[in-house]
Amino acid sequence: MSRLLSQVYRFLLMLVLLCAGVMAERTGLVQYLSDPYEYPYILSRLWEHVCIVGESMSIATAIGVIAGILLTRSRFRRYAGIVMYIISLGQTIPSLAVLALAMSFLGIGSGPAVFALTVYSILPIARNTLAGITNVPPHLTDAARGMGMPPARILLEIEIPNAMKIIITGFRIALIINIGTVALAYLIGAGGMGDLIFTGIEVMMTAKLLAGAIPVTIMALIADFCCGLLELLLVPKGLRLNG
Amino acid sequence: MSTLCFISENMERVLYLTWEHIWIVGSSLVIAMIIGIPLGVLITRHKNLAQRVLNTANVLMTIPSIALFGIMLPILAVMGFGLGKLPAVIALVLYSQLPIIRNTYTAILNVPPAVTDAGRGMGMNRWRLLREVEIPLAVPVILAGLRTAAVMNIGIAAIAAYIGAGGLGVLISQGISRTYEEMIIAGAVLVSLLAIIVDGAMALLERWVTPRGLQVQRRQNG
Repeated sequence: MSRLLSQVYRFLLMLVLLCAGVMAERTGLVQYLSDPYEYPYILSRLWEHVCIVGESMSIATAIGVIAGILLTRSRFRRYAGIVMYIISLGQTIPSLAVLALAMSFLGIGSGPAVFALTVYSILPIARNTLAGITNVPPHLTDAARGMGMPPARILLEIEIPNAMKIIITGFRIALIINIGTVALAYLIGAGGMGDLIFTGIEVMMTAKLLAGAIPVTIMALIADFCCGLLELLLVPKGLRLNG
Repeated sequence: MSTLCFISENMERVLYLTWEHIWIVGSSLVIAMIIGIPLGVLITRHKNLAQRVLNTANVLMTIPSIALFGIMLPILAVMGFGLGKLPAVIALVLYSQLPIIRNTYTAILNVPPAVTDAGRGMGMNRWRLLREVEIPLAVPVILAGLRTAAVMNIGIAAIAAYIGAGGLGVLISQGISRTYEEMIIAGAVLVSLLAIIVDGAMALLERWVTPRGLQVQRRQNG
């Protein structure tokens, strides 16, 4: 039964790949991508996309992790509940709405886009950092305190390694959403692969549309895969077993 | 203030677009439920399928929404449905699968074995066990999955305005192309409000459908 199913699955996968190949040829995607006048343009849009993702994610990770850690310190802990509430409210706001609001208050260009994306990406990272550190079993931190560790060392050697898995999950969610949202950032004048997608839809040029949509999809899948590798690299060995 | 003026001046259109938005999200959610919940129940019976189904749903979720619209466009265009509501609904159904399947799966796996054993001991067959014991106990978690899917879909349906699906995204897209600030803000605020209201309503529904026995247990735990 299970071997038959896996064979069917593999067969369907092959079929989908074949159809994709045929479609790429029929819609003129292959020709479009091999056009010597087009691919520098595509590459520059791709580079823009990567730059915006990189900028907004690096700022968001720094702010999000620091904010998450600060909220677990005893001085700020009483604000944790209300901050969590605000974060979950913020996460229900659609990405297009965030970008549109950023545009109407800050104007067009890549600046407002990076700002909006940063704010939007901070939410899952801060939320997961907070949740991860709060969920560290108290007996571990108690043991560390009993061994005479100062709070800074407890944070670095006990709390962060134990929370790493959840923090990386937050980073992954933020990164995937971010890559998809940067494609929308074209609408407020930030460039990126959205340029090809939206222009392709407007002029009904399938090749251009696919030349934008497929790289963005592959980029998101690669990002997902890399986050899996990051987890393997950063999560301590002892914590992987009960994952 | 001028945003409120815009909304009140175009009340009829705004209401129509809101209704359209709700219609797209609602119908796709119903279809997603019809596919997702049985699939979630099925993979609790066939564990070797579970990982594969969840991985496929996970990959679908990873694809950025505008890219998925873009990829579907030429495929559906062959059948003459390239633009409009159909591709939007298909995309929303695909995106809803992960939260619905995952929550159904974990909810049914987490039904305490003591309860299912008791049911089996009373002579229930598998179908009755599922209908009378497992599903009622799993409903709150399944609803939580539907809530995640609904909130996410409201956001994605806004983007679907660019492939001609209508809905509140139309205000945003037309506002951006005309640089009509009040229109953009009206669209963005209304979509956000819709998402927040649906989120709150589903949270209330979740509390309401929790079987009374479970509520008592929860109160004692809390």
